Amino acid sequence: MERKNLIATRRAWQLISFVFFFGLWELAGRWPISLAFPPFSTTVLALLRMTADGSLLKAYLSTLQPLVIGIVLCGIAGIGFGIGMGLSRSIEWFSLPIFIILQAAPMAAIIPLITYIYGIGLASKVLAVVVLAAPVIVMNSYKGIRNTNPSLIQMCRAFLGTRRQEVIKIILPHAGALIFAGLRLGLAMGFIGIVIAELMITPTGIGDLITYHSSVADYPEMFAAIASIIVLAALTIHALERLERKLFPPEVRGS
Amino acid sequence: MSAEAIVEARGVGKSYDGGVEALKDVSLALPRGKLSTLLGPSGCGKTTLLKIIAGLIPPSRGEVWVKGKKVDGPGPERAFVFQDFALLPWANVLRNVAFGLELRGTPKEQRDEIARRQIAEVGLSSFESSYPHQLSGGMRQRVGLARALAVDADIILMDEPFSSVDEQTRRKFQEELLDLLRHKEKTVIFVTHSIEEAAYLSDQIVLLSPRPGAVSRIIHPNIERSGRNPDEIRRDKNYLDAVDEIWQILKQYVA
Repeated sequence: MERKNLIATRRAWQLISFVFFFGLWELAGRWPISLAFPPFSTTVLALLRMTADGSLLKAYLSTLQPLVIGIVLCGIAGIGFGIGMGLSRSIEWFSLPIFIILQAAPMAAIIPLITYIYGIGLASKVLAVVVLAAPVIVMNSYKGIRNTNPSLIQMCRAFLGTRRQEVIKIILPHAGALIFAGLRLGLAMGFIGIVIAELMITPTGIGDLITYHSSVADYPEMFAAIASIIVLAALTIHALERLERKLFPPEVRGS
Repeated sequence: MSAEAIVEARGVGKSYDGGVEALKDVSLALPRGKLSTLLGPSGCGKTTLLKIIAGLIPPSRGEVWVKGKKVDGPGPERAFVFQDFALLPWANVLRNVAFGLELRGTPKEQRDEIARRQIAEVGLSSFESSYPHQLSGGMRQRVGLARALAVDADIILMDEPFSSVDEQTRRKFQEELLDLLRHKEKTVIFVTHSIEEAAYLSDQIVLLSPRPGAVSRIIHPNIERSGRNPDEIRRDKNYLDAVDEIWQILKQYVA
């Protein structure tokens, strides 16, 4: 009963937070602080219009394709590479400096460069996603492997485990949570990458919707497109976070 | 002491990088079927010596022989009980206890049956499907002990197994350990810094001096244990003499 109350109170406050935020937006739009700033209600109506005429769906099909391809590529190659770095000293020494630099560098800055090399096709958009998402995915996998409790490794050796068993039965299960968290953070970076790519490289998908509607001064449509990608990214990342907590509850993570 | 030696250390020394000398010229014979304790102040290298016997750390000098064979790594005739338990946090009690057998490739049904029997022996039958984080420190160490018993090694190496459990649990555990071992032909090598624990449990106590660790004295308490309850043992003259003798030697090492 106590717990139920707590949850209800939390839900109420969260609802108030949304109402407050959207209310402020509505007020600011009606004031108006700028002619280019539509109120919340107008934006929602624009969103409904764009959903009804199919332009939003078409844009998302074109935006999500390179995002998914990019994240899957990073998921396979990046996790594999990070695990390799964690397991082998030579791979670690060879690649750690590169990834530390990549992780610290403002990678968005090199996106225009990608256009020079790969043009304005799908390849460029995929590459933009990869460039932003890969460092955090690789680094998380690497750290997950490296953080294995040394006592568990010693236990495995004491009970005659082979190196292969040590990797499969101790190190990988131990790293699972961090690797998954890396994927989630990578996807968040991937959303940034794809939007930048579509705004800067190829006017397609959701980036094109934003640019086009802004150029013809359809501000409600422009804000609707921006809001929709924010909501999509936030919901996806949140869902992954919940899945993560379900798959790797903190008490059995073992770090 | 008529029993033949099952473990022999010959001139064992260990130096770490940077020149720290942990052990110096340790020669020892540990009798089969008895409980021997390595006792000394912290920093005397007792855990290092135990891990060298286990084959987890290579000695810098000298050699260890177990059952007539020179040690060059862990072996099936030795099982280790860790100070920090070293249980897999993502595995339940049953799998943790069976883990040594799992690494050896014992078929699942067979190893689960053996594990269930050992779990019953340490009194955890109703916790087979619990996870380590749901157990108290004392219960976790029972799991660690059951895992070591499950692989049916002749020699059980215990590294301060009771140091992270509270005093009451510790006493109860000591009594149970004696009970459990009375019916088995096991050789136990036990590391502790508790004088009472050493005197209470041991057939033979090896006193180590600190920095670098070297054998300072070997004591055989010769306490009659069969058919007597713990309180009688703790009032036994030989027990009290042993405690006093050890203290007289150890107190000179206390700075």
